[in-house]
Amino acid sequence: MDSILKTQRDIGIVGYGSYVPRYRLPAAAIAEVWKGRVDQAVLPVREKSVPGPDEDTVTMAIEAGQNALCRAGVSPQQIRAVWVGSESHPYAVKPSGTIVAEALGITPNVNAADFEFACKAGTEAMQAAFGFVGSGMGDYALAVAVDTAQGRPGDALEYTAAAGGAAFVIGPAEQSVAILEASYSYVTDTPDFFRRAHQLYPEHGHRFTGEPAYFHHIIQAARRLLDGLGRQPSDYAAAVFHQPNSKFPQKVAQELGFCNEQIRAGLLAPHIGNTYAGASPLGLTAVLDEAQPGQRILMVSFGSGAGSDAMSFIVSEHIEARRRLAPLTRMYLQREKTVNYTQYARWRKKIVLH
Amino acid sequence: MGIPRNWRLRNQRYRLVGSQCPQCQNLFFPPRQVCPHCYNSELSEFVFSGKGSVYSFTVLYQTTPKFEFQIPYIVALIDLNEGPRITAQLTDVDAEEVRIGMPVEMVVRKISEENERGLIHYGYKFRPIAFPESE
Ligand SMILES: [Zn+2]
Repeated sequence: MDSILKTQRDIGIVGYGSYVPRYRLPAAAIAEVWKGRVDQAVLPVREKSVPGPDEDTVTMAIEAGQNALCRAGVSPQQIRAVWVGSESHPYAVKPSGTIVAEALGITPNVNAADFEFACKAGTEAMQAAFGFVGSGMGDYALAVAVDTAQGRPGDALEYTAAAGGAAFVIGPAEQSVAILEASYSYVTDTPDFFRRAHQLYPEHGHRFTGEPAYFHHIIQAARRLLDGLGRQPSDYAAAVFHQPNSKFPQKVAQELGFCNEQIRAGLLAPHIGNTYAGASPLGLTAVLDEAQPGQRILMVSFGSGAGSDAMSFIVSEHIEARRRLAPLTRMYLQREKTVNYTQYARWRKKIVLH
Repeated sequence: MGIPRNWRLRNQRYRLVGSQCPQCQNLFFPPRQVCPHCYNSELSEFVFSGKGSVYSFTVLYQTTPKFEFQIPYIVALIDLNEGPRITAQLTDVDAEEVRIGMPVEMVVRKISEENERGLIHYGYKFRPIAFPESE
């Protein structure tokens, strides 16, 4: 039984764009507040990105989307779907996609919807866009993966819950900078992390989030896609895995047989933390920023609940000219201003007034 | 701002859609219905590039509850590169970093929230050019 996913017509990423807010909070500043001491060895990341007080999933999706449209070189009016994957949509009811589509000049001949699947909401939107464009329903779809993640003050997740993301114009293969070879999705009912309605912060299964959740799903998704394509890790110039911290993606890469050099370009968590739905897609943009024609790229997301989407791309000759048309992801990483815990607590509404 | 007004102004606020007089070429933001120079009433749509410079600015420390989440914040007069001068907030910048004549670019940000239950208003703000090396 062939379980890998292939489109009817050849498609790929025609344009990509990223966005990371300018503010950073060092993990040491969080440890200082909640532990009273800083043990650098146990901090999961060096620092995390923090959105400004006027930023949210919608505003970040708009800037990432503008960058993706610039690189794609297609008119906004040619886009037939805007799908935004996030676990931090500003409204519970009122799609982020409507605002993003309007601001990008894409309305009204467009399908718009929001996707939700913890940290893999963004790759869900990409998978849907592959199907939509791959079946010929439309020539172009915009898939966005962004989050402004929330961590309960003092919780382990507060050290990493960050903000940022990426957007991709999916379109015909002949116009693509990276052509999709195939994808695969692996999903089970594994309650490692969840947030009930009306709750501000998620709950998580502590150690349970590792083995049966993150590692199992990513390894299964990666292996089944590679098997289906008849490929080895050595066929890939780069691989990007979901990165909730610095350690997990390095460990999962090793278990799958990828070396450090293969994951170097796409490993952003040590500098910006876990951007949730934005994490592996943002890593993919950093890889595309330095990719060469003919190289293969593997991306595997992970979303709690749980599931993984795996995608295999081959870079085309269009990459060289197209990547210069919008800011590189590294430029967003370098645009940084450190904030202290008090400023962050106020902006992120950690201080509740009664 | 009420829901109908917010909706009516969305193209101005998200994308700086103004107007141009085809007879005398004058540009307007916000858009006008009639040209004040030649009284032509057939104006066409014009989308501004979002690039401009700071003409003047002030820092606000006291405001209404809708804007409190972002104080202190900077309100500036921006000269758009195409001509019109508009009022907008600056973002991604501290007050001591702002200079008159500083080049800025438009971004879409959260302007205000009606309240915890109400509409979120998005619209243009300006920030220092984020990546001047790639201009
Ligand atoms: Zn006129």
